[in-house]
Amino acid sequence: MTGNVIDVKNLSVDAIAKRGERTPIVQDISFSVAPGRVVALIGESGSGKTTISLACLGYTRPGCAFKGGEILLDGTDVLQLDLVGRQQVRGVDISYVAQSAAASFNSALSINRQVTEIPQIRNLMSREDATRKAAALYGELDLPSPETIGRRYPHQVSGGQLQRLMAAMAMMCSPKLLILDEPTTALDVTTQIEVLQAFKNLVRENQTSAIYVSHDLAVVAQIADEILVLKDGRMVEYGPTETIITVPREDYTRQLIAAAHVMPEEVKQRTSRGEKGSHLLSVNGVSAGYGRQREVAALLDVSLDVRAAETVGVMGESGSGKSTLGRVISGLMTPWQGEVLLRGRPLAASLKQRTRDELREVQIVFQMADVALNPRHVVEKILGRPLAFYFGADRRAIEKRVGELLELVGLDPAFARRFPRELSGGQKQRVNLARALAADPQLIICDEITSALDTVVAEAILDLLVSLQDRLNVAYIFISHDISTIARIADRVAVMRDGEIVEAGPTAEVLQPPHHDYTDLLLRSVPDLKVGWLETVMEHRRQTGQQAAGN
Amino acid sequence: MVERVVMSLREARRDLTPTATLCLLIICLILLAAILAPFLAPHREGEILTTGSFMSPGEGLFLGSDYLGRDLFSRLFYGLRLTVVVSLTIALLAFLVGCSLGFLAAVLGGRFDMLISRLVDALIAFPAIMLALIVITALGPSIPVLVVTIAFIDSTRVFRVARALGVDIVVQDYVEAATVRGERFGWLMWHEILPNALVPLAAEFGIRFTYAILFISALSFLGLGVQPPQADLGVLIRENMQGLLYGTFTPLYPALCIAAITISINLLVDWYLRRNDAASPEDLQ
Repeated sequence: MTGNVIDVKNLSVDAIAKRGERTPIVQDISFSVAPGRVVALIGESGSGKTTISLACLGYTRPGCAFKGGEILLDGTDVLQLDLVGRQQVRGVDISYVAQSAAASFNSALSINRQVTEIPQIRNLMSREDATRKAAALYGELDLPSPETIGRRYPHQVSGGQLQRLMAAMAMMCSPKLLILDEPTTALDVTTQIEVLQAFKNLVRENQTSAIYVSHDLAVVAQIADEILVLKDGRMVEYGPTETIITVPREDYTRQLIAAAHVMPEEVKQRTSRGEKGSHLLSVNGVSAGYGRQREVAALLDVSLDVRAAETVGVMGESGSGKSTLGRVISGLMTPWQGEVLLRGRPLAASLKQRTRDELREVQIVFQMADVALNPRHVVEKILGRPLAFYFGADRRAIEKRVGELLELVGLDPAFARRFPRELSGGQKQRVNLARALAADPQLIICDEITSALDTVVAEAILDLLVSLQDRLNVAYIFISHDISTIARIADRVAVMRDGEIVEAGPTAEVLQPPHHDYTDLLLRSVPDLKVGWLETVMEHRRQTGQQAAGN
Repeated sequence: MVERVVMSLREARRDLTPTATLCLLIICLILLAAILAPFLAPHREGEILTTGSFMSPGEGLFLGSDYLGRDLFSRLFYGLRLTVVVSLTIALLAFLVGCSLGFLAAVLGGRFDMLISRLVDALIAFPAIMLALIVITALGPSIPVLVVTIAFIDSTRVFRVARALGVDIVVQDYVEAATVRGERFGWLMWHEILPNALVPLAAEFGIRFTYAILFISALSFLGLGVQPPQADLGVLIRENMQGLLYGTFTPLYPALCIAAITISINLLVDWYLRRNDAASPEDLQ
């Protein structure tokens, strides 16, 4: 006995293809978690972090199989247990909090019913006891009205609350080990730190051990005692948090640190390349929203100017209306009032009334590269269609131009023959960008285009955007909730909250003190790559009485 | 394009399970028998060969004679031919109508969707067989009436499937990307939506085809479908029913044909859906 809660020794997991070929996806992983400690698994997507954390439950995803190694949970090898034995362990000794709580809850059942399910089906607690324990946990997790929140349904609470409720579900049987798989990735920055703080208290007070899976080093630095850096299913570096982030030994770790979403020390004002005063696009007093009777307003009297060849960052939390702004400009949504001017000439409110040239000059790139490309079209068709549509290009011209476009976004022209599923996330986003460029636009609306990507890949996309702007003089409206990204790429920034622009101006002015209150809250919520940062921020929030929009 | 088709066919062959292979074989045999019926059948359809009803197999009568002394084996070919042709026409027609309206409703939405969806709801509320009986009683049981009536009833089911698929696909970002490019309705329909609905639609087509076979056979069995002297599989069962009293298997052969073709199609559709469900390619084994 080592005294550790879990010892993972030389774990290897293979993916098995249809015809039985095995490809290793995780190789030779060893680490252990001592009681009350938090170990973080960190790496890009595809680095095997989720595979390892699921392996601790004795589970592999369909198409994968254990190849070797041991997972000792209090001395028993989980991998040697049969299915029934493993099921006894899951949810009771080890529990799992998935990335998207919204997707993990059943929307037809009340929250309490789901949170108290495991102790009930295992006959560990009566329903009354379970409900009482759940309420206690809700309180511990700083959820509002812990006695009654459990009676609500999943859609009646916010995303950050749901994530905490899922943690409560995981803690119901007081597990020895809690696995948190990217639990804050889908949340806004301001909510993220609250959830993070709640998790931290929970682990501390219950003396639970935890494995925390994330791709965000700055987040991990706040909660983990030790960090295991992964790349392509292998261990890169393993050590105490402080050591890893201050004196990393491996190049890859340094790369991760460089790409972490940290605010630059000093926000440098990018020099605008656009000619002064050459207005490209003006949004004048636009209001828009949903509902036949205009019940839900998403934009309220928003005005914004974009000059040629400049980047305007639009930032805010989810629900602040930033995507709606993009949709109104592109014509996907008809505003209730106000107008959008392109070079001084008003654009028709609806798509159907815009001329082909007006459509061509304003392009939009969507957040989810996966679903923005038609899965049944090859890249050549995806990029060729705008060429044929806007310029009436013939087959040979399309072939030539598609090759050029692919090279422009840093892809091999041979990719033209591939289907989207044969591309990685970063490559898909490049194709997405190439499709917008195919139209030879004056303005590209980038809607959270790096949010779904790993930090290192996102970094490359940002560099690409900048170099494209230098070469093609295209203007961007860069919509993002990630302030550190905006700080790096934008010439000017507009901060949105509840459908209104609360502050706007040159990047350096907006992002450096003195700030508007809301900008200040957003800025302070960007995790810093420092141990102890979280405590400082929470202290500041308590003093100033700031609160995230979600609560 | 051709090489892609060849490649995907080769891949499909690799993934065939024994059950799927068997089903495919049965379906091919049945289709072949239906197409080549006049060449394969040893005797003509209505030819009376002997005075003995329900004779045992032998003497050039491979499956024995039917109630009028005709060759059952030959009549099975013709019956199969009629059943397959009628059912296939029904399924195709139902798809043409159901898919067009379904996708149209999904893309246009609003009032059009509302109107046509409620109309379909109302039609579906009627039991299919009753609706068919009413129309056939009113118009008489000719084959065109049968085809149009059943296709119409089936198209309401196809409509629902197509609309549900369409509604799901229309909100995808790639359709939105095409919309914002300024694409017209035709492109959205043919290039963005339809290709992504093909897998479930192909499966649905298989199911609709089997339902059409069962439906037309049931009507014929009740005497309201195909009328003698023409005979489909349902008619063959009905007219030879008494054979059971004499201890022969005569009506069981056409019944067996119906079972073989519907079960095969169903199992093949199952295999096809599982193969194309990217989430669990391993479940095949």
